[in-house]
Amino acid sequence: MMTVLILLMGAATPILFAALGELVVERAGVLNLGVEGMMIGGALAGFAAAHATGSPAVGFAVAALAGAALSMLFAVMTQYLLSNQVATGLALVLFGLGLTAMFGKPYEGVKAPAMMAGPLGLNGMIWLGLALVPAVWWGLTRTRPGLILRAVGENHDAAHALGYPVRRVRILAIAFGGAMAGMGGAYVSIATVLQWTEGMTAGAGWIALAIVVFAQWNPWGVLAGAWLFGGVTVLQLRLQAAGVAVPVQLLSMAPYLATILVLVLISARQKFGRSGGGSAPGSLGRSFHALR
Amino acid sequence: MKRRTLLGSAAALVAASALPALAHGEKLKVGFIYVGPVGDGGWTFQHDLARKAVLEKYGDRVETTFIESVPEGADAERAITQLALSGHKLIFTTSFGFMDATVNVAKKFPDVKFEHATGYKTAENLATYDARFYEGRAVMGTIAGRMTKSNKIGYIGSFPIPEVVQGINSSYLHAKKVNPDVEMKVVWAYTWFDPAKEADAAAALIAEGVDVILQHTDSTAPLAKAQEAGAIGFGQASDMAAFKPTPRVSSIIDNWAPYYIKRVGAVLGGTWTSHSVWLGIGEGEVEIGEITEAVPAEVKAEAEALKAKIASGEYHPFTGPLKKQDGSDWLAEGQTASDEDLRGMNFYVEGITAPMPK
Repeated sequence: MMTVLILLMGAATPILFAALGELVVERAGVLNLGVEGMMIGGALAGFAAAHATGSPAVGFAVAALAGAALSMLFAVMTQYLLSNQVATGLALVLFGLGLTAMFGKPYEGVKAPAMMAGPLGLNGMIWLGLALVPAVWWGLTRTRPGLILRAVGENHDAAHALGYPVRRVRILAIAFGGAMAGMGGAYVSIATVLQWTEGMTAGAGWIALAIVVFAQWNPWGVLAGAWLFGGVTVLQLRLQAAGVAVPVQLLSMAPYLATILVLVLISARQKFGRSGGGSAPGSLGRSFHALR
Repeated sequence: MKRRTLLGSAAALVAASALPALAHGEKLKVGFIYVGPVGDGGWTFQHDLARKAVLEKYGDRVETTFIESVPEGADAERAITQLALSGHKLIFTTSFGFMDATVNVAKKFPDVKFEHATGYKTAENLATYDARFYEGRAVMGTIAGRMTKSNKIGYIGSFPIPEVVQGINSSYLHAKKVNPDVEMKVVWAYTWFDPAKEADAAAALIAEGVDVILQHTDSTAPLAKAQEAGAIGFGQASDMAAFKPTPRVSSIIDNWAPYYIKRVGAVLGGTWTSHSVWLGIGEGEVEIGEITEAVPAEVKAEAEALKAKIASGEYHPFTGPLKKQDGSDWLAEGQTASDEDLRGMNFYVEGITAPMPK
């Protein structure tokens, strides 16, 4: 049981990091679809740094910087040049995958330094991920900067009228999202797979995006979603290894079905007026320009 | 996942179509469709090595293009068509899942020659080629059976297709032959290449007490996981030498170079005809990588003797008496499996307790 739990938390950690970061970005009203690109960037940069220094901790720090740096491309494009956020995010994915494929060549077949196991057999990054859930929740809902960030995300014109620096808040949120995605990606290369391979995040970034919606932009929901996705992966593999006949395709579909179900429930609730509406930030995905 | 691969291939297509249209002259343009990235260190890596060998052999007379990470589906057809439209006269499609796409495109371009790996549908201008990986698996299985201390060996399968089922059966039979107590655990990853998933699959097997892992997926992730847990494994498709001497104690290497060189030569010489070939250890298409010092000398000698017997044709890895998993008879005493039987293999042999996915 314990080992299943450890495997589950390990599988959930990369998506938990990436989804928490994306949650903050979206709460600031920005839709950055480039999570996968920033993750793979972090996976390579983190792996390279961990390999060069022999320290996984340095690797994660560098991964955060690399993810943030990649996200700044997106920030400049969307916040200053007002490019379309969806298209720019998709471009970031392709850019990240291509860039890492090119620079990753020398690291193929190289091994990562060992991660230190922490308390209860879980490494430091798993604990950090768990700690970040309440931290993000508290920051968003119980602090003034969190309130400003949410105001910017809900209605950027009103926030601007109140004198809040919409663009600066968003850029900081995007950088945070990039750093988190970078660390999530580095978890795949440094802790899960222990090596670099081209395209190794294999869609984790897209799952993180789905989880943010599934979670209805709530950090606790993100944790539940990450465990659901991670749990399904680990559980079906474990059941197979134990010789149980499992409907793998059905299980793999389950988290996505759950996401769709949540969306249907939300819209049904809106339609029948039982509550004030969905929790998607009001200005999500809209460009902001002070003169408009 | 789907979206990523789709985008990836879209990018690859753009890249391919952006290649400058070179003057034809006498050059033969040869195209390759890969299922994974060239840097996977396994399956696709080996196909690309063979592509480079073709370039080296024929120099200025050929020109090659490859499109990597092409998903097995509708996109594949587009990618193959793209190569056919851009003047490639010989196109290798290097994964089982490209079969129908290759068949469809081959119909539309009768003057282009197609070569599809591991499939079973041929046409006038479409040949198939395959390697008898199960021969290599017999050798790996022998080592696995001798090396396991927990008497549990694990197999990470990609998709439940005959090629992979042959590998599972062959590994199990030969592990069982040297170690009657051996048990086989099977995990299907439903992917050819997803390092994180493969690592999780290896972790799941290790958690079940497995200490020897055989893999039929393309990345080196299971080996890295095995190393962490003190288990051993084998290189798959490529030598995966970075993990020598342990966890990688040996490997099955796909050597496509001789075949590719021969077939490109046939097109250059105008002698190309369609066929369906299935080559193994004897022809050098399946190689056994160095058995490292982590394996005791007598086990190594035993494995090498088996390899020699398979290479000479003296021994077939599927020799009766053999029963199917459900206890029904398959091969009688001394009878060997026909190629037809193997190509359609969709059952486990007796003794494997894992359920066969439907």
